[in-house]
Formats: sequence, structure tokens, C-alpha cells
Amino acid sequence: MNTRDTTTSVVAPKALPDIIRPYGDTTGDAMVQVSFTLPIPHDKRAEGAALQLAAKMGLAPALLVHAKAMGSDFTFFIVYGAVSHLVDLREVVVVEREFALLGAKDVNAMIKRRLRRKLVVVGACIGTDAHTVGIDAILNIKGFAGEKGLEYYREIKVVNCGAQVLVPELVARARAEKADAVLVSQVVTQKDAHIHNTMTMSAAFREAYPAGKVPLLVVGGPRFEQGSAPALGVDRIFGKGTTPAEVASYLVHAMATSKEQER
Amino acid sequence: MTVLTRTTHTSHPQPKLELDPAVIRRARLLARKAGAPVVKLARTHTTVSVERAVLRLAGLSGADHEGVPWVNHLVEAVRDEVGLQDGVSTPVFDALRRGVAGDLLTLAQKCASGSVSFRLPQGRDVSAAQKLALRSVKPGMARIDANRATRERLIRRHGDPRQRPWIYLIVATGDIYEDIPQAQTAAREGADIIAVIRSTGQSLLDYVPEGATREGYAGTYATQENFALMRAALDEVSKELGRYIRLVNYASGLCMPEIATLAGLERLDMMLNDSMYGILFRDINPIRTFVDQRFSRQIHARAGIIINTGEDNYLTTADAVEAAHTVTVSQLMNEYFAKEAGLGDWQLGLGHAFEINPEIPDSFRMELAQALLARQLFPKAPLKWMPPTKHMTGDVFRGYLLDGFFNLVGAMTGQDILLVGMMTEAVVTPFLSDRDLALQNVRYVLGAAGGLAEDFHPPRDGFIQTRARRVLSEAVELLEKIVSDTGQPGSVPLLAAIGDGTFGLMKRPADAGKGLDGVVKRAPGYDNPASTLLEAGSRR
Repeated sequence: MNTRDTTTSVVAPKALPDIIRPYGDTTGDAMVQVSFTLPIPHDKRAEGAALQLAAKMGLAPALLVHAKAMGSDFTFFIVYGAVSHLVDLREVVVVEREFALLGAKDVNAMIKRRLRRKLVVVGACIGTDAHTVGIDAILNIKGFAGEKGLEYYREIKVVNCGAQVLVPELVARARAEKADAVLVSQVVTQKDAHIHNTMTMSAAFREAYPAGKVPLLVVGGPRFEQGSAPALGVDRIFGKGTTPAEVASYLVHAMATSKEQER
Repeated sequence: MTVLTRTTHTSHPQPKLELDPAVIRRARLLARKAGAPVVKLARTHTTVSVERAVLRLAGLSGADHEGVPWVNHLVEAVRDEVGLQDGVSTPVFDALRRGVAGDLLTLAQKCASGSVSFRLPQGRDVSAAQKLALRSVKPGMARIDANRATRERLIRRHGDPRQRPWIYLIVATGDIYEDIPQAQTAAREGADIIAVIRSTGQSLLDYVPEGATREGYAGTYATQENFALMRAALDEVSKELGRYIRLVNYASGLCMPEIATLAGLERLDMMLNDSMYGILFRDINPIRTFVDQRFSRQIHARAGIIINTGEDNYLTTADAVEAAHTVTVSQLMNEYFAKEAGLGDWQLGLGHAFEINPEIPDSFRMELAQALLARQLFPKAPLKWMPPTKHMTGDVFRGYLLDGFFNLVGAMTGQDILLVGMMTEAVVTPFLSDRDLALQNVRYVLGAAGGLAEDFHPPRDGFIQTRARRVLSEAVELLEKIVSDTGQPGSVPLLAAIGDGTFGLMKRPADAGKGLDGVVKRAPGYDNPASTLLEAGSRR
């Protein structure tokens, strides 16, 4: 499943119907394909069990196209079928991006005009997470998806603390560097490590800074739930497929709005 | 159960790239030049973990009620009172000779309550303590030797995998009692090698946890008990399958020497052990890493363990086309350090990975070039071929195809250890069905195209040969740059290069990083009975 920001998709050229069905090879055929494993040996009854599950999932008629024993205790199935559910587009809720996407030039100009100094960003992977792919994609000059990382922005000073940074270390570094924003990447999600780590981090920052002076706290990772930023105590969450320009644009947007609030 | 059956072809086919032997010689010469000063550094320093490994070989194990291992108590106590510059064993065995305690465990327990004082013995007491120390580590070393003999015997009895590459599968539930049935199932499904991934945080723990563990993040803790449990379970399944199933774990992080020792004591068969991975990717102090690594590799050499190096990691942070030569450089450095520590060619599971962006034209041809280059540079090494991770997008169907092409490169270029790629990489921990599909993918490709290594000869000066030559010459250039990288006078060029960010874009200065406070310069009177036996062993 891709949690890519839906606002990046091109605006549809024509009006969409309110109600749609999945598309196999003909409009309205409602065809889907699913695969799953049942913890039983492969025999006729197992195939019947698979079809029962398909029916309960709303596939009617369902076509069992593949069944294969995996060892003596499990069977793998692939099922094709028409799904009886309808999709109502009017009920789909999308989180819109609250800021405009800017180019590097505009981001630099905004920082220069508003801060009259460089914007300081401190980034890290915290906890036991050693996967720096995400934070590096955003921070390293190399960047991601053909976009240069934040190091490329003349008006942004990037401090990349790397992987497995302890929360107190991160707070100390943010204070020492007078960070405007702290970027934290969390890829490992087993046992909700990303949630625990993020909440520990945000609590530590609130404790270390006077109220209202906490740097912008931004977390990124493939498994954060949209809309959970307040619960985690952070200002913004970025999901899978986020580009450096999106992060940079958000930072200047947030900087501008918080400046206005101060006045 | 499907068994791979196909005609065995020569696993190490004739050279296919026309590489200039002079360039290859130059590359090895430069690797030696870059590595030698680091070896000198390793010979003149010790670390808390090396010293703890000595005590483990002398039979000290277990932990206090808070889980702090007794070896940690003892090393800390010696360090606080007399320092570690002479090694932990001399003051410890001197204390035993003086009758402070009857054995190491009692001594460690007394240390924990603060009722022991150590001294640096003088005169005849020194040689007496050292003699006792040597006698005390001998049984541990003998157990490592016996395990090696047992492995050789079991391989003769059960046999090696019928095909090359050997199929390497990962289990990682966090709970050793869940891992065991999963590992046995994986072996029955066709895995030849089972790797138990460690809990993510373990590399930065400065102690080895104790006992059977059931809680871990993204993996299972490496403990002596977990090693023993899994090895016993795989011995059982080896017998059932008539094929010796190898067990892998990780000798990396702050406890590399101790974990290597435990692997030798519990008959693990392969260990992940890279010369620079900890420095670059875990920010462990460079000197700590090189000292720990040399000791752990000496243990691996003695134990007949195959090391797996971590070159795949370079490609997950840097671009696989532009950084291709850093993989070659790392392989050359790993080879130098490994051989210096006494490992044979057959023990060098040098790593490389299928990580070129599939959107790039000719990406498959470049993968072939790189894999052939590694094959030809290290003809006797059991190369470890690792699957795509960086360009696995969540589109599992496309990922399955990519894994098929990865398998094809492995088959066409005579790789020896094939880490099975999962289409759910970067999505979820693999389902049972994902693993089954992944093994079907491997079986199909090896069955259908395994013999292609015989037919496939890239044309002279064609794309593949040219690309391989270019990567090799870039590797030589980088090595030239490293050996000429001198910061302060007398500094070690390789450390200066690591400090500059030459590898993987990460700057790691020699005077920073985790575990630095555990590094101690050896005094002239330094003694390490384990090293004495290991150095003697490597000259056997």
C-alpha cells in the first residue's frame, strides 16, 4: 500500500462518477485479485475454505485460480472474483497538503527575508533504528528521486547526527546548534518502536525547552498514521515517498506561520 | 518438498573478463599498504571486549541478577584498579593464585560486591600468573577446535548442499522459541543456511545478554544460550534432511570479539563480520572496530567459520552505479584484513548486492559486470550475493521480477551464497507464502539457468568487460587516494580517509565514536593468553 501524498496527483480532466467499482478489463466488472494462506493441509476442503473466505470478503462469483501446499500444514491460494462492494468517492477523506510546494530558490529567498540567517535543521535516526536511508534521502545533498537534499539549500544549515542517536544527545545537539527544526526518521516499526521513540523524543524536547521555544519537530517514516502528529507530540509527519522539496517547503511555511503567531 | 536437482557445473568457471593482471596486483598491493598501519594499531591496542572474550574462553559465563555479565564485572574491576594495559588475565589469575577466590566466577561475584583488590604482579609472580592464564584458556580453545572437527564430521556424514549457490534465508521473530520452528521449516523448504538476525539495538550494547531470549526488536538477541538452542535444532533437521544446515549470526558491534568467541564455542558456521561496517554505519570508534575485528577474525580462522562481509551496505546509502568501486575497495580491504588474521580464501564470504536502480538503462548488464568482477577478483572466495532492497518499492509483483533477475545474475556469475530476496522487502516481515514464493523463484532460476555460467562469456571489450574494467580502475584510484591521505604526521592514512568521509559519505574521525572509552593502549608487558594461542595457531 502506498501512502504517497495524494495531492501530488494530476487533477482529473473530467468529472468522476460518485460511485465506482474495481476495474479488471471492462468498466463495472468489479474484478479483484487476492492471495492468502490458510493454516490447513491442501485438499478439497481447503479449497472450499478458501472460497468461503472469498465469499465473506464480498467476492461473488469467486474463482479459485491457484492452490498450493506449503509444507504439510499450510495452503496458499490466489483468488480472482467480482467484488460486491461499491466505492463512494464522496465519502473518501483526503488530508490536503497545507503548504505550497516551493523550489529551492524560493525556499532560500523566504528564509533570507524572514530569518536573516540560515535555517538550522538537525536530523537523526533515534532509538535502535539504524536505517538512515530516509533521513539521508531528505538531508544528503544526493537527495531522493532526482531532487537534491536539504544540504543543497544555501540558506539551510544541516546537521545530520546519523543513526542510533540517543534522545538526550539529540536534544543537546539541537540546543548547541540552535536548531529551528529537528527531523527524525523512523523506519523500524516492530512492536511500534517508531511510536515509542517519537513520543519519547517529543517529550524530551518539551522538557528541555521553555514553552513556545521548542524547535519544529518533524518525523518521517513509512508507517506513521496520517493525522497522528498531535498524539505523538510532533508538528508534522511525513510518509513514504516524501521528497526533500516537500520538507523544505513545509519548514518555511511553518516558520512563516509561527512568526505570524508571535507577533 | 522440492529438492533442487540439476547437473552440477563448476562453481568457479573460467575467467570471463579480460582484466589486466598488473592492475589486480596493484589493487592488492595498495590494499596491503592501506591496511598494514591499521594492523599495527590493532597489535598495539586492546579493548574491553577483547579482554572479556579472554575470560569467556577461560570458562567464565553468566550474569548477575540485573543481567550484567560476570565478564563485564571482572574487566571493569581490573580496569578501575590497575588498568587494562597489561591485559585482564595477568591481574585476574594473579588474584586466583593469591587465593582471593577459588575460581573465576567466585572472583567476579566478589568483585561485584567490591571486596577484591587487584595488583600488577612483579617478578616471578608475573610468569606464574601468565602460565595459569594460558592453562585456563586452553580448554576453551580446545572446545573451539573440537567444534570445528565436529562440523567437518557432520558435513562428511550429512553432506553439503547439492547446488551452488547455497541458499541463505533469514529468520527474525525476536523470540528464539519462535525462531526455531521457523528455521527448521525454512531448511525443509530448501534453505541451506539460516541466519538469525539480531535485535536492532544489540550492536551498540557493550555487553552480551545472557540466556534464552524471547523479546527483541526486528531480530533475536545473540546470546550463548540462543546459539546453542538453534545449533541443536539445526543439527536435528540436518540429520532429517541429509544435508548440513549452516547457522549464521553477527560478529559486529561493540561485542564483536565476545560474540565471535561464543560462535566458536557453540559451533556457528558463518558470521557477519565486516572490517568497516561498524565504523561507517554504527558510528563505532574506528580503532575499537579494528582491534575487535582482528581478534574476532583470528577466532573465526581458528573455528573454521566463514565470514560474511557487508559491502551491500555501501549501496543502500550511496548510488550503486557511482559507488560500485567502493564495494570493490571494501572487498579488497576485507580480504587483506581477513588473511592477515589467518582466514583462508574458503572463509571469505565477501559481499556484494543487486542494488542498481532498475530504471537506469543497462542496469542488469552493470549488475552482471559487477558480479563477474567480484567473481574474478576473488576466484576462491565463497562470494555472498545479496538481493535488492533499496529499489523494492512496495509493488510486490515488480519486486518479484527484480528478485528473479537478481537470482539470474547469481546463477550466471557463479555466486556461492545467495541471500534469498523477498518481494515484501520494505513492506512487511515476510509472510510464510512470501518465503515460499521466493524459494520457488530461486529454484526456477537455478534449475532453468544455473548452467548458463558455462555458456555465458561477455564479448571482448563489450559493455560488460568495459564496465568491469572501469570499476576496477576506479577502485585502484580510490585506494591510491586512501594511501596518500595523511592528516597529521604519523597518522594512519586509512583512518584519515575514514575521517574524511571517503566511504559511504560518512565522516568518522578516529578520536570519536561509540566505544572509544573501551580502547586501551597495550603496555610492553601486555599479555593475552588467547592471542598467544591464536597467533600460534595461525602459524600451524
